[in-house]
Amino acid sequence: MNYKDMLRADKMPHIWCPGCGHGIILAAFLRAMAAKEVDPDKVVVVSGIGCSARASGYLDFNTLHTTHGRAIAFATGIKLANPELMVVVLTGDGDCAAIGGNHLIHGARRNIDLTVIVFNNSIYGMTSGQYSPLTPHRKKATTAPYGNFDHPFDLVELAKGAGATFVARGATAYPRQLEKVISHGLDHKGFSVIEAVSQCPTYYGRRNKMGSAVDMLHWIKENTSPGGKEEGKIPLGVFVQVQRPEYCSNYYESIESLARGEKGE
Amino acid sequence: MANKKLIQGNEACVEGALAAGVRFFAGYPITPSTEIAEGMAERLPLVGGAFIQMEDEIASIAAAIGASIAGVKAMTATSGPGFSLMQENIGFAAMTEIPVVVVDVCRGGPSTGTPTKGSQSDFMQTRWGTHGDHPVIVLTPSSVQEVYDETIRAFNLAEKYMVPVILLYDEVVGHMREGVVLTKPEEIIERKKPSVKPEDYRPYAAAEDMIPALAPFGTGYRYHITGLSHDETGFPTGNPKAIQGLLERICGKIEANRHDIIKYNAFDVDDAEAVILAFGSPVRTARHVQKEARARGKKVGLFQILTAWPFPHEALQEIYAKTQASFVIPEMTLGQLADEVSKSVPRDKIYSVLRNDGEMITPAQLEEAVRRVLE
Repeated sequence: MNYKDMLRADKMPHIWCPGCGHGIILAAFLRAMAAKEVDPDKVVVVSGIGCSARASGYLDFNTLHTTHGRAIAFATGIKLANPELMVVVLTGDGDCAAIGGNHLIHGARRNIDLTVIVFNNSIYGMTSGQYSPLTPHRKKATTAPYGNFDHPFDLVELAKGAGATFVARGATAYPRQLEKVISHGLDHKGFSVIEAVSQCPTYYGRRNKMGSAVDMLHWIKENTSPGGKEEGKIPLGVFVQVQRPEYCSNYYESIESLARGEKGE
Repeated sequence: MANKKLIQGNEACVEGALAAGVRFFAGYPITPSTEIAEGMAERLPLVGGAFIQMEDEIASIAAAIGASIAGVKAMTATSGPGFSLMQENIGFAAMTEIPVVVVDVCRGGPSTGTPTKGSQSDFMQTRWGTHGDHPVIVLTPSSVQEVYDETIRAFNLAEKYMVPVILLYDEVVGHMREGVVLTKPEEIIERKKPSVKPEDYRPYAAAEDMIPALAPFGTGYRYHITGLSHDETGFPTGNPKAIQGLLERICGKIEANRHDIIKYNAFDVDDAEAVILAFGSPVRTARHVQKEARARGKKVGLFQILTAWPFPHEALQEIYAKTQASFVIPEMTLGQLADEVSKSVPRDKIYSVLRNDGEMITPAQLEEAVRRVLE
């Protein structure tokens, strides 16, 4: 299947600004999907609120655009109600790490089979450039005119700490690697978190004097380490890939044994 | 087959939900609703359903809506503080027309309030808790039997009208034990299915009845659901006509079916000089007082609200036009119910008996009010 067939072409053009990295992430996701044997009728894409969340509307799957921060909670209900469905969450740094942070850590703790792709452009783009929990310290935003007083989360460490069984990071400057880690995340049975480092030239780049979208991509290229080893750079790659009983499988297997009259421990 | 049991209101809610076909419950512990979650945790796995305790009430209703989108009858249960947290997603369900049942076992508020005691002060919040013009149905049982019956009706109405339905009852009703007959529901309603092929499907193109046929995700109809104002295709729109049309339809589908949704019991109102109007546990006090008054030859009637929203204004207007009766309104709020009644009955004919201290309204308190009104 060609990845373009998974797009709702009639919904183009998309709402994203010129130079936005979200299209690169979406394309990486779709290329990863296209390489798999999936029935689009059985794929559900859930998003929250923000620039990233608009991605769901462009995809020819069962798509659900929910409330701010709550995509993982909605997705949990869908997956548990019908585990046959492949459920993917597309979210942003604000949606996922601020207002939705609680659902992220509890999804990870449960190890429910969701693939969460976090479009991290370090800013609230939809509301025109406020700082998020992933905006670096001292960087500027409309709500951080003197530089960000907050310190950011390391999303990979957060997901690891919360117990996610697949944790990876990719970047828009390395779209093939991004596609690969997303693909592994989709294959993984359990809670997968993939942080996709992206650029927002309109609201983050301009205010922080980072130049054009191309300049920002160069910046990402120079400041990330695809092999994950270079000192002082943001590591990319797969950081956690472990097997633990998946929530829904465990739930339904357990209640089946209940139905057979076996007592729980 | 009659199945009589001595159980509490919250347990009757579990029984009613199971009888109605619930197969998904997501919740978070909160007094005085917790027995519903506990009951569901015990019973749902035995019928192949899913129970999950979520990280908070926002996640609980989100998961319930998600399950409903996957085609499963779903619910959550909570009380005041948790009900406040659920408001945004109640609006999401109203806007996207996803059936879900939300139980609010009402305790005293505001804030943490009086967790272990009864109140009815979420009355207006059940109608207007979420932002924006929106439809909602609210049912208000007053006995354990009614909790069972109205829980079944809540699921039926949710599926029939594709709308969130709130079951509101106070702590007294939730924790009281009474004999209840767990009758098999006469009717179980399932949501409409699309009648067109996937390629011709427009999810929000409702027929004349204004109710859309939303296919469960995974059944071959790939479409988009969004809380943004959307057109018939389900995709966001900024078209003023489409926005207005959407809001008029989602609210209109409930308004046009008031006769089907509104339920009440009127006792001895035809010749009444005073009508006691109540819902929830005050109905119990009211029924006692009303019967006693009739036994003494006093022309007192009782109007029990079982559907609080949409509010039964037509019935009240009819009774008032016929009888010119005074309305005595006992309520465990500082006057929310009386305010609504005043849209149909003149203010100077309304006598409030207000109590929101966690205690039930006593027969003596209500008798005194009725006596004064009749003087």
